[in-house]
Amino acid sequence: MAVKDIASGAAEDNIRKERIKGIVFQVFCVIAALFGIVSLGALLIYVIYEAAGWLDLEFITNTPSRFAEKAGVRPPLLGSAFVIGLVALFSLPLGVGSAIYLEEYSKQSFFRRFIEINIANLAGVPSIVYGLLGLGLFVSTFGMPHGIVLVGAFTLTLRVLPIVIVSSQEAIKAVPDLQRHASLGLGTTRWQMIRTVVLPEAVPGILTGTIIALANAMGETAPLIMIGAATTMFTSPHGLFSSFSAMPLQIYAWSDFPQSEFQHGVTPAAIVVLLIIILSMNGIAVYFRNKFYQKKRQK
Amino acid sequence: MELDLHKQFRVDIKEHLVKFVFFSFAFLSVITTVGIVVVLITDSAIFFSEVSFFEFFTGTRWSPTIRPEEFGVLPLISGTLTFTLVTSLIAIPTGLLAAIFLSEYANERVRSVLKPALEVLAGIPTVVYGYFALVYITPMLKSFIPQLSTFNVLSASIVVGIMIIPTIASISEDAMRAVPNTLRHAAFGLGVTKFQVTTSVVVPSALSGIVSSFILGISRVIGETMAVTIAGGNMSRMVNWLKPGETLFEPVQTMTAAMVEIGVSDVTGDSVAYRSLFAVGLTLFAMTMVLNMVSAYIKRKYREKY
Amino acid sequence: MKKILAIALIAVIVPFAVFAGGEQEEAGEQLSGSIKIAGSSTVYPVTVAMAEEFSKLHPQVEIPVQSTGSGGGFKNFFIPGKTSINDASRPIKDSELEAARANGIEPLEFQVGIDAVTIVVHKDFPADTITIDQLAHIWRPDDPAQKWSDVDPSWPDIEIELYGPTSASGTFDFFTEEVVGEGGASRSDYQGTEQDNTIVQAVSGSKGASGYFGMAYYLENKDKVKALKVNGVMPSIETAKAGEYVLSRPLFIYVAKKELIRPELREFVRFYLERTDGEIVKQVGYVPMTTADVEDYLAKFDEAVADVQ
Repeated sequence: MAVKDIASGAAEDNIRKERIKGIVFQVFCVIAALFGIVSLGALLIYVIYEAAGWLDLEFITNTPSRFAEKAGVRPPLLGSAFVIGLVALFSLPLGVGSAIYLEEYSKQSFFRRFIEINIANLAGVPSIVYGLLGLGLFVSTFGMPHGIVLVGAFTLTLRVLPIVIVSSQEAIKAVPDLQRHASLGLGTTRWQMIRTVVLPEAVPGILTGTIIALANAMGETAPLIMIGAATTMFTSPHGLFSSFSAMPLQIYAWSDFPQSEFQHGVTPAAIVVLLIIILSMNGIAVYFRNKFYQKKRQK
Repeated sequence: MELDLHKQFRVDIKEHLVKFVFFSFAFLSVITTVGIVVVLITDSAIFFSEVSFFEFFTGTRWSPTIRPEEFGVLPLISGTLTFTLVTSLIAIPTGLLAAIFLSEYANERVRSVLKPALEVLAGIPTVVYGYFALVYITPMLKSFIPQLSTFNVLSASIVVGIMIIPTIASISEDAMRAVPNTLRHAAFGLGVTKFQVTTSVVVPSALSGIVSSFILGISRVIGETMAVTIAGGNMSRMVNWLKPGETLFEPVQTMTAAMVEIGVSDVTGDSVAYRSLFAVGLTLFAMTMVLNMVSAYIKRKYREKY
Repeated sequence: MKKILAIALIAVIVPFAVFAGGEQEEAGEQLSGSIKIAGSSTVYPVTVAMAEEFSKLHPQVEIPVQSTGSGGGFKNFFIPGKTSINDASRPIKDSELEAARANGIEPLEFQVGIDAVTIVVHKDFPADTITIDQLAHIWRPDDPAQKWSDVDPSWPDIEIELYGPTSASGTFDFFTEEVVGEGGASRSDYQGTEQDNTIVQAVSGSKGASGYFGMAYYLENKDKVKALKVNGVMPSIETAKAGEYVLSRPLFIYVAKKELIRPELREFVRFYLERTDGEIVKQVGYVPMTTADVEDYLAKFDEAVADVQ
């Protein structure tokens, strides 16, 4: 800046320009940050508004019907609950067990890196490919009937497993080594140490990751379509080998119905039910995450 | 003493058993990957004995169920690329700017509200997003774009763009926060504005993480299925990028939507159409796998060490 | 920690308990089992309606129904023995019959109604009627019309957008046979789907769009799309019944004979056949059977049942 520039006020102009640029930029950043949230908020408000008249106790207890007034979501709701319950049952031991092996038993070696890279890759595989795996492996190769609860549960378990493993690993890693050494110093075996010291500490973290993974699984549609699950069922599944439908599948089927009682009544109601379930699960996960951080802070 | 030895032996066996069990659980992940590859390759192999590689990879017509049946995958790849491009144009700038806001401008209180709020965007199932696109967004867009088709690229891209924002924002933000404050302070000390600090110092330093987040987001969009199946339509075509109107406002069929179309009707078949499902799946798997590996590589290799 | 485990365990066990308990209370009769059905998208709403009503009486019987197209249903589900019933909007082909028999499956044919294949266009489309020849001009595989004005100069000069069933569909077979003159001969640049609701959505949204499907889908969506008269006759239950509407055709279900040893299947098929002359078929949007025909089919059914037992 030459003296003549300062004297002519060019410096102030520049500063003002820069300041304006800075403010404009910041505004854009705020808009960007809020864009998604505001748009989704508007969509959610609209869907809740349309669901309002249609969401009542009968909706939850009735079966799907060609008549909009009588339509309900009990079979897909129970189908979802059943399958996700099984996924939890399968994925927790498998996922936590894998994480325990990786964190507590294995040493830093090529083999361990190999398994970890594998898991990271699996997390990035599109869920429809898991559907193909379920179809090709369980239905075609093992000959299980298509569209039954067990096949759906197996397929979704595989989908969810990488996430459960990684979050369990994080939770286990966070347990301070001091506690491990203390326990081993007292003469416990490795497994005893894991069971009595590491796992209890890691449980909130494990649960957080698992519940979020299960919440995602509740919304999964493509893998279930691939393994042949029905989009509309009038009966709820009774056992592992029953045919089933699930909430996202029913929503998919209904999204095709152009009648306005469905498009602007029944389907929004089903969406609201599903969202309530998923958001509650996320809320519970956040609760556990806070407990986890509290414990960490207490150390 | 002998009693102790027996007990020790039993305990040892148990310890080894436990370790073995957990090892096999961990190994299951390797088996899963092998399973995916084997399933995709074996059925694709049969498919490629019926339909040549050449026809599949260079054919411009995808028609598994309408005679004459043709299995050219290019329209599907064209559909996927188009959809991914438009969605990225929406999600990437927005995600990046949002990350900048969270990392550089927002205070702790705002962050503690905004971050979870952004996570909610990613938690909504894609089937719900697809419904929103078809039933709310398309009619709204139609009111000022009259030539918009009922099933089109734009609506689907908007909702999936919204869904992917948290992926890009969260990873980019982590990368930017990792840039030590000393760098920022040094720049401020030189008399530089906040905007310049952000764009000339922070973003370049965090670039590897930011770029890796872009690639990860793109990979997710490529694998995205339900929203584009519901709102994008079932018409496979070679997209003409020179005509933006035609590109955005017409229906499109991505690789994933084509797979759903076959899956819905032909689950148990012993037909070429059924096997084409696996050939497309293999192509999709290869694409996302490459992108994921590139993303991880960039993140690792180009990470600035402070 | 123990408390958390307990909660988690309960969260998983409860769904099981709900099933084991919840569904039992309503079982009046103890009929249970799974009846898998696939096939025609045209017949689909009738079968689904029958399944819905049947489930009220026998909630333990699962009836998953898929809409795959008549041909698709035969080839991929019925002939390999994966379904017990195939919905069909056209008679079974000789080749399909042979393939089924070669697989040990004897298909029993029952007519369940009459359909009038309806041609739909956008609500604002200026014309009211179309001839079979004009339809052929639009749908034929060789040099079909590209704009509406090619077919009739007084029609709009806009591109024709077409939607319709795929070659897995009985409606496709019927339409191509009747309109183009040869089964399976159709232009290929249209959007094909077995979900007829998608056709409604698409046609209602675009001025140059047109499609065809079973009359039920038109009657359900009269406010969204417009039906064209064919050769001057509007499709309706009356005109289809009287044979005045050119594109009317019978609808069928095919039952695998040996499966009739299963009591739940027997009950369902009987339930279905008994009601094909009644309100359900009409309410869905097709011409119901006459009571005399229903009696004939029931007799055929009873004979088949006696055969397998």
